[in-house]
Amino acid sequence: MRTIIHLLQKEFIQIFRNRFMLPIIFVMPIVQMVVLVFAATLEMKNIEMIVVDKDLSEVSRRMTAKFGGSPFFNVKSFTFSIEEAEDFLRANEADIVLHIPRGFEKDLMRENQAKVQLLIDAVNATTAGLSNAYASNVLRDFNEQIIIENFGPVSQGMERVNIRYSFWYNPDLNYKIYMLPGILVILVTLIGMMLTALNLVREKELGTAEQINVTPIRKYQFIIGKLLPFWVIALFELSFGLLVGKILFHLPMEGSIALLFLFASLYLLVALSIGLFLSVISNSQIQVMFLMFFFFITFVLMAGIFTPAESMPDWAIRVNTINPLAYFIRVIRMILLKGSGFADISGEFFALGLYATVMMSLATWRYRKAA
Amino acid sequence: MNKISVDIQNISKSYKDVKALKDISLQINQGELFGLIGPDGAGKTSLIRILTTLLIPDSGIATVEGYDVVKDYKEIRKITGYMAGRFSLYQDLTVEENMNFYATVFGTTIEENYDLVKDIYSHIEPFKKRRAGKLSGGMKQKLALSCALIHRPDILILDEPTTGVDAVSRKEFWEMLMRLKDHSITILVSTPYMDEAELCDRVALIQDGIILSVDTPGNITGNYEGKLLAVRAEDLYQLKKDLAGYEHTLSVYLFGQNLHLTMMEKNSEKDLRSYLKTKGHGELRIDQINPNIEDCFLDLMAGKERNP
Repeated sequence: MRTIIHLLQKEFIQIFRNRFMLPIIFVMPIVQMVVLVFAATLEMKNIEMIVVDKDLSEVSRRMTAKFGGSPFFNVKSFTFSIEEAEDFLRANEADIVLHIPRGFEKDLMRENQAKVQLLIDAVNATTAGLSNAYASNVLRDFNEQIIIENFGPVSQGMERVNIRYSFWYNPDLNYKIYMLPGILVILVTLIGMMLTALNLVREKELGTAEQINVTPIRKYQFIIGKLLPFWVIALFELSFGLLVGKILFHLPMEGSIALLFLFASLYLLVALSIGLFLSVISNSQIQVMFLMFFFFITFVLMAGIFTPAESMPDWAIRVNTINPLAYFIRVIRMILLKGSGFADISGEFFALGLYATVMMSLATWRYRKAA
Repeated sequence: MNKISVDIQNISKSYKDVKALKDISLQINQGELFGLIGPDGAGKTSLIRILTTLLIPDSGIATVEGYDVVKDYKEIRKITGYMAGRFSLYQDLTVEENMNFYATVFGTTIEENYDLVKDIYSHIEPFKKRRAGKLSGGMKQKLALSCALIHRPDILILDEPTTGVDAVSRKEFWEMLMRLKDHSITILVSTPYMDEAELCDRVALIQDGIILSVDTPGNITGNYEGKLLAVRAEDLYQLKKDLAGYEHTLSVYLFGQNLHLTMMEKNSEKDLRSYLKTKGHGELRIDQINPNIEDCFLDLMAGKERNP
């Protein structure tokens, strides 16, 4: 026990003597949270629209005005030539083209129906889908308005299903409070895993690990000495991030913070021992960096931070059972936004407990073999 | 009468298809300053890593103070002080922090064993608040030695401690080692420098994973067969070529400003002198000299090549 305390003492002196450490701990989370939360938004604003109005009627102008009035669309310019509009699309200067054909108003009045065409730049399938959805919404609104004007209120005689939405746990559909916990998880994982991974391999590079090996320090003591400092730092980082989130973004905290920290402690054991394991099997900091990036980026992209993990293919969902980030992302959102209790997250909790045991034994075992 | 500290029996070690150690046996007595002398790649570091329990031999048995290097590695780590060839203390910790760390790791304190390290540590104590990485080469080496000694080990194992160290620091370092003998610590030191061999109680000459000879430096030079001549002339390069072409030459090596020449017996200096005269060498000087360890080493190596 005394040996471990001396190892920890040594480790902390070294960590805080590194002049990059304090900026990493305090500046990085603020910058990342402030920048990423705004940048990683899926809300679409300012969809650039080109209008090809070949009808030039009262109805077509009202339709154009409706798009112009929407917060999502920005009517960039008008033209009469569909080719010219396509040029805008090609030059990446517009996202969507609204084409109102000649005789639009006449058709509408005479036949009670008329057609418009939407051309959407779908290089990015997500934004194209969203643009389409927003545009359809505007058109549907417009449609209803026309019907009411021409035939009076629809209520009499016509059955209608009236749908009312109610968004639970995030009533304003505020994208930020959904992203924030995710970004916090990435941050805490990155710092904890990276520092752990780099630390041990650095001792190998400098030869100090060998010097330690000829002392009576036991392997498990050495491993604990390597894990614990970064575990503490990562937990501190999480509290700091939550505080910043609360102050800057009014991050809701519905559930028990104690439960969140209990889960985070376990999660970090997994993340750090993965870092440690990578460090044990590498011989240089360069090697461990590449390994880290490979696993970290795979984990992050599959974790359901940006895209819902449930809509991935079956095999990917199965791969996610070994993705610690996926567990923590799910749980931190459940606790913070939904107020889930221990019963709701017990499955994840025990899975990570098992995971932590396996990874730590693996790291210790491999280290013994390597020495 | 001498108690054995290190006992090596038929140790072999291979790396893939390179045989680093070939069936080596060796005994080191307690309290002895023992030198492991050989060129780079001879197998010195492999042998030392086996004794410090960092490497497991393929075959053979080795014990340190009666403990087996494979089975009782934990015990050996408690009684061994090890100084690696490369500076391997924490560069971002201060001198004092490094000392304290290694002392506490062995469950002791600087104060407890201060008398042992005082002679060495006192040189660097004025800089104890300085980070180890900022010390000069010689001071780093003193710190490493202090850290290796802080737990009062029974045996001190040093792997090429003087490689890359200036001549003055080397001399100082060896003086420190000699003084440590008073504390009856067994010292095993490896070095590629032949001149350091003469400072050891006993040496083992090692080459290509084989021990050529184990003896006191005096006996090794005393057992040199043949007569050794130091030859010197104006044009040293031409002289070496001519001597190599001389029919009675056994071996000729360049040593500083001299050529060390061994000849087959019966040939007198006179014949040699006249031979070199015919080759037109001026300012010729020929002296009979006593061989040093390096001459012996080269001779043993050559002997191995002649009848392997």
